[in-house]
Amino acid sequence: MSVDITSPPRPARPDWLWHLGVAAFVLGWWLLYGQLVPISEWITAQLPVARHSHTGEAIAFFFYDVPKVMMLLTLIVFAMGVVRSFFSPERTRAVLSGRREGVGNVLAAGLGIVTPFCSCSAVPLFIGFVSAGVPLGVTFSFLIAAPMVNEVALILLFGLVGWKVAAIYLGFGLAIAILAGFVIGKLHLEGWLQDWVRDIHSGANTAGILDEEHLTLVDRYRLGLEAVREIFARVWVWIILGIAMGALIHGYVPQDLMVRIMGAGTWWSVPAAVLMGIPMYTNAAGVIPIVEALLGKGAALGTVLAFMMSVIALSLPEMIILRQVLTLRLIAVFIGVVASGILGVGFLFNLIF
Amino acid sequence: MKTVKVYGPGCKRCAATEDMVKDAAARLGIAVEVEKVSDPRAIAMAGVMSTPGISIDGKLVHAGGLPDQTKLEGWLSA
Repeated sequence: MSVDITSPPRPARPDWLWHLGVAAFVLGWWLLYGQLVPISEWITAQLPVARHSHTGEAIAFFFYDVPKVMMLLTLIVFAMGVVRSFFSPERTRAVLSGRREGVGNVLAAGLGIVTPFCSCSAVPLFIGFVSAGVPLGVTFSFLIAAPMVNEVALILLFGLVGWKVAAIYLGFGLAIAILAGFVIGKLHLEGWLQDWVRDIHSGANTAGILDEEHLTLVDRYRLGLEAVREIFARVWVWIILGIAMGALIHGYVPQDLMVRIMGAGTWWSVPAAVLMGIPMYTNAAGVIPIVEALLGKGAALGTVLAFMMSVIALSLPEMIILRQVLTLRLIAVFIGVVASGILGVGFLFNLIF
Repeated sequence: MKTVKVYGPGCKRCAATEDMVKDAAARLGIAVEVEKVSDPRAIAMAGVMSTPGISIDGKLVHAGGLPDQTKLEGWLSA
């Protein structure tokens, strides 16, 4: 991310110009979005490959998906940036502190979707929650939901795979976050935190900052734009890689092979998908194009969902960060509980569909 | 001399925030001593939940994301 810190403060634009700009952007977005298929076909036609060859299929897939994903991301990340400006970790903590388990887990999972969260501040957030009296299990519900059920995942699923799968993902992602947090809470593992975390009482001395109540709508637009800039800086490589990978699968992987390996009839494919997903570190933006291509080739929905949830929710780098506050035993329980939930969802879906 | 602490585990934004503080102070001609705090325990103790956070002379003024340029100058010259 490049931050231009030497530029002088921008001249203030009048508010109506902002509203007009946002409206014009949404309109232009809508018109362009409808033209993506012809555009991708046109680009593919300019290249010296047969349209229905393996290469032609892969290329058309790539040139359709890249702009589509980029456009969806821009719009949704902007909208979520505006929505998130109404939430903050401090406010979420205030809502959750002292909550009973059960209701607390449900609230935490829901707030995990809308509270601005970056895995690099997982540790201070964890401590901030626990020290303010948010129960451990409730904190975990938040920490599981925040990365797994995020707007990028949902929107890409909606755009690339369809609204049904997106809704299923939302429902079961929340369910796993709620249940896993609830189970961890019931196990009473507070003793398995690192010693210093238990002793800490970081007073909530955040008083007097964060005067965000006074944000105007234009301020919130700015935050939305900032979110777009930041997310793009972080994920564009993953998106291109993910779509290239998806394009290769789409163009080259034979259908019967995929059905044999990842089809509903193969019982071990769900645990294998979960295990493969843990060390893989990408984010929703990178994994969903792969998901789309796998589904298109006849992979079972449950297996693919399990793979995706595992990749996004159980990431090795985040475990390493959390190691500073959790003992290895607690991390093992965390992985075990979440992985079991994901396995359950995978098997359930392969049974139903 | 003002003591400014930038709280962050070492992500890109934390480094950018530190640079912003130094630049703003230089522009305003204010003498500052900038300290980077990356120990998670110290970050939590300061009450910072979303990083990067900034405190000036012991008072927390900002948490979460890059600070606004104008506000940052306001905090520094206050």
